[in-house]
Amino acid sequence: MSTDMMSKETRDADLGAPVLKIEKLCTWFDTREGTARAVDGVDLELYEGEILGLVGESGSGKSVTGYSVMGLIDPPGRIAGGRILLDGRDLTRLSEEEHRRVRGKDIAMIFQDPSMTLNPTLRIETQMIEAVRAHEACSTAQARRRAKDALDMVGIPSPEERLRAYPFELSGGMRQRVAIAIALLNKPRLIIADEPTTALDVSIQSQIIYELQTLCRETGTAMIWVTHDLAVVAGMADRLAVMYAGRIVEVGTTKEVIEQPGHPYTRGLMGSVPMHETRGRRLARIPGATPSLLHLPQGCSFRERCALADKACTRMPELAQHHQAQSIRCWHPGETDR
Amino acid sequence: MTQTPHLALVPGTAPAAAPAPETPVILEIEGLTKSFISTPGLGGHIANLFGAGIKRQEVRAVSGVDLSVKTGEIVGIVGESGCGKSTVARMLAGISNPTGGEIRYRGKARSKMTRAEREDFALSIQMIFQDPYASLNPRMRVRDIIGEAAVVHGYVTRAEMPAYVEDLMTRVGLAPDMADRFPHQFSGGQRQRIGIARALALKPDVLICDESVAALDVSIQAQVLNLFMDLRDSLGLTYLFISHNLGVVEHISDRVVIMYLGRVVESAPTEELYARPHHPYTRLLMDHLPTLSVERRTHRPIAGDLPSPLDPPPGCPFNPRCPLATDRCRSERPALREVTPGHISACHFDDTSSAEIR
Amino acid sequence: MTDATSSLPRRAAKKPSRLAMLTTRFAENRLAVFGLFLVVLAILAALFAPWIAPQNPFDLATLDIFDSMLPPGSTGSENGLHYLLGTDAQGRDVFSSILYGLRTSLIVAFSSVGFSMGIGLVAGLSAAYFGGALDAILMRIVDIQLSFPAILVALVLLAILGQGVDKVILALIIAQWPYFARTARSAALVERNREYILAVRCLNLSAPRIIARHLLPNCLPPLIVIALIDLASSIAIEATLSFLGVGVPVTKPSLGMLISNGFEFLMSGSYWISLFPGFALALVIMGINLAGDHLRDILNPRNS
Ligand SMILES: Nc1ncnc2c1ncn2[C@@H]1O[C@H](COP(=O)(O)OP(=O)(O)O)[C@@H](O)[C@H]1O
Ligand SMILES: Nc1ncnc2c1ncn2[C@@H]1O[C@H](COP(=O)(O)OP(=O)(O)O)[C@@H](O)[C@H]1O
Ligand code: SF4
Ligand SMILES: [Mg+2]
Ligand SMILES: [Mg+2]
Repeated sequence: MSTDMMSKETRDADLGAPVLKIEKLCTWFDTREGTARAVDGVDLELYEGEILGLVGESGSGKSVTGYSVMGLIDPPGRIAGGRILLDGRDLTRLSEEEHRRVRGKDIAMIFQDPSMTLNPTLRIETQMIEAVRAHEACSTAQARRRAKDALDMVGIPSPEERLRAYPFELSGGMRQRVAIAIALLNKPRLIIADEPTTALDVSIQSQIIYELQTLCRETGTAMIWVTHDLAVVAGMADRLAVMYAGRIVEVGTTKEVIEQPGHPYTRGLMGSVPMHETRGRRLARIPGATPSLLHLPQGCSFRERCALADKACTRMPELAQHHQAQSIRCWHPGETDR
Repeated sequence: MTQTPHLALVPGTAPAAAPAPETPVILEIEGLTKSFISTPGLGGHIANLFGAGIKRQEVRAVSGVDLSVKTGEIVGIVGESGCGKSTVARMLAGISNPTGGEIRYRGKARSKMTRAEREDFALSIQMIFQDPYASLNPRMRVRDIIGEAAVVHGYVTRAEMPAYVEDLMTRVGLAPDMADRFPHQFSGGQRQRIGIARALALKPDVLICDESVAALDVSIQAQVLNLFMDLRDSLGLTYLFISHNLGVVEHISDRVVIMYLGRVVESAPTEELYARPHHPYTRLLMDHLPTLSVERRTHRPIAGDLPSPLDPPPGCPFNPRCPLATDRCRSERPALREVTPGHISACHFDDTSSAEIR
Repeated sequence: MTDATSSLPRRAAKKPSRLAMLTTRFAENRLAVFGLFLVVLAILAALFAPWIAPQNPFDLATLDIFDSMLPPGSTGSENGLHYLLGTDAQGRDVFSSILYGLRTSLIVAFSSVGFSMGIGLVAGLSAAYFGGALDAILMRIVDIQLSFPAILVALVLLAILGQGVDKVILALIIAQWPYFARTARSAALVERNREYILAVRCLNLSAPRIIARHLLPNCLPPLIVIALIDLASSIAIEATLSFLGVGVPVTKPSLGMLISNGFEFLMSGSYWISLFPGFALALVIMGINLAGDHLRDILNPRNS
């Protein structure tokens, strides 16, 4: 695989229309204390076979973005505005029944906890056959063959045996792989992986990353990989989007974002990763904690934790192009700490 | 790992020096072993009459671990989940009894301690847990969570306790006016600080951090790691830092111990281990460590998961997953040998000419 | 969750205050609120019986034998009392008897549940915390006792102990503590392995302290539900025992005894003597069950 990133122009020409296009998405939660704007004007694009890393601290709205695309927002949450176009079709206008047909067929989600997907009381095969037949009329035998192929694809040894197993008979890593196989069953156009490896050991994590990466390349499935750890997506994603307090604050090719991070928050996240180079030193932590969505500062939401903040930052910056495919929402993009 | 020069590191803080060789050993364990035995029970015995075949099972969670920790040292323990890290931690913290082996604290064997000495030892070793949500009693106020034990053990009187707690909270970076709140009113990072303050309240010498930053966001993890380093400098603490993340351990430890299936398979000073990993398992862990590098990584798939400790493979415990495994590996268990001074490893491919350690 | 891919994620809601949230959720179910209303009404009626009741049914001086077996709604011939629910064979006002009977029934139920919960908690929490032989012995006793219905155990005990309110309470305590012990133990077994208990064990606190200050408050919610439901079964068991004549003495009749007293007249058309105490009994038990069932649902962490 080439490590070169294609420039934006060639990419647009090569890849045609995006699989997923999110425009000005707003997902708000009406709570007793006020309206929490968990997702507030998010724009994202995703092309065939592309992997987008969606990065941010917990509470920044990554999962809610994913749930919005999946149509899993329940009251008190609501989609307050914007469009989610899957192959040009606006998902926000679908009825619950229409959404159900899209979910699991065209879009699949992998959760951090595989027990969100797996029913503990049913054999793996029962669940997988059901997931196939929910979207397609085919015989049990055909569905079972598909299930076995899917287990094969995610590198599960002796899939025939695993099909007969109950979820509790498998290890955590194996359960997550089964959940991934279920997501792949109906050859979705888009996979949303919400921190799928956060609870797993590094060896299993890297294997799952490898398998999903290969699958996306081979089948053309687009994937959003949600994580709080930049290191996890650095070697995998084609593009990265960094989220803070419900907004995208930086987006660009992985190379751009990792090698020349422009937003102070992105730089803070990178300085937080403990590794070889930081040995024996203090990590450049981001001061403070994620602000409550109900009490965001006026202007740039990151203002109160930012070393570069000045008067200009009391107005909300727009997401503006910084470098080729890289856009940054900051009044002082790319400036180093004063 | 590629150098990432733009990283905004705080300059000026010199790398903390590892303790000099003559520093006294504070904690030493020898041949530490823990087996969990499950017997069939009454129901099982009856089921067995009908041919259920339920047997007495023995899980060797930890088998024969040796380790010595110097005062002021940070020793990292790394391994996949299930390899026995927490079991070692709990035996050291005195909340689980070893099946075999000896723990020595300041040169005194635990089995030879008087009651008072043993109590003193139990208080000197404190643990920081993994889950910031499960490790605090949800129905107690933060003041009581932190200050209860200090009052019970007579470190402070009940009247002095609030001030003592406020001091501790400030030390770990919490606003003291939050002492009246309940744990659920805090974020994950703040809860972890409450757990640290609770441990510090007993003025321990050794902190055992069992995956203490694993459940935190990287940004919060960085804050807590910095706090651990600060506390080592200001209080002269010794740490046993348990993690499955080699990156975190490399950042903080002076020495690293790699565990696999209840045994130590490699141990060396941090720089040496990361520069010249010896054991194939260590190398595998390093290959799979995610880094801030945009290079597409080619993964060598590992054959299968961690084997069950109920039924460990014969020979080298790593042989079913090892790319180098030979027939000898499948039949004979390699002993820990010193490969270079201070660097030990248990693999048949270690330099066989070097002296055997045991 | 059978359709694997369309399953909704369980999200942790942001809670304002636990109590406020529980109250709100409890109030959402009308039947449960109605149940709670019945329970509160019964408690108030029992508490203030001497002031509410038109007549003290056990003060022989106020009874008028000429007023016996009057149907509901009659007026007393001499004292001019309005017998809302009629009178019994001795000329007692059935309404007043119900209020006083409720008193006896509730005293028996509350004190037996209170004590059996106390004993069950100590036994169950210690068994879970210490494990080993203590656990094995206590739980075998519990198992053996639980293999007999509570009413049978109480019946046998009363046959040995004889009649009396205190004896009934004692019998009910002995019959019911195993339920609490078992529930307390299973709740404590879960909590015991949570990290906060490990953490206080690291702090070297004494076992009684850990049990009382850390384990107990966190094991209480399921026990409160059991206690509520058990209240209903205590009332029912006591009523059954009294109906059978082995329960409370005639001088301190409970609802069960009132039903029993009127039973012989049921066929002769004086239905009210048995029927109205029966209604009262059924309403109280139903109220407790309605409230208790809903409380169990909202306290169950899996449903929240
Ligand atoms: N059910 C809900 N009710 C109220 N607020 C919610 C709910 N779910 C999510 N939120 C809000 O949305 C924000 C973003 O949450 P989430 O998307 O889960 O964050 P992330 O996945 O980035 O950690 C949270 O801070 C929370 O305040
Ligand atoms: N209380 C216990 N009873 C039985 N087996 C246990 C118990 N605690 C731990 N084990 C077993 O011991 C092994 C090591 O566990 P642990 O020390 O928790 O590993 P780690 O902390 O490295 O993930 C595991 O296989 C686990 O199943
Ligand atoms: S806009 Fe200002 S406050 Fe916000 S990140 Fe940029 S410099 Fe910091
Ligand atoms: Mg999330
Ligand atoms: Mg562990």
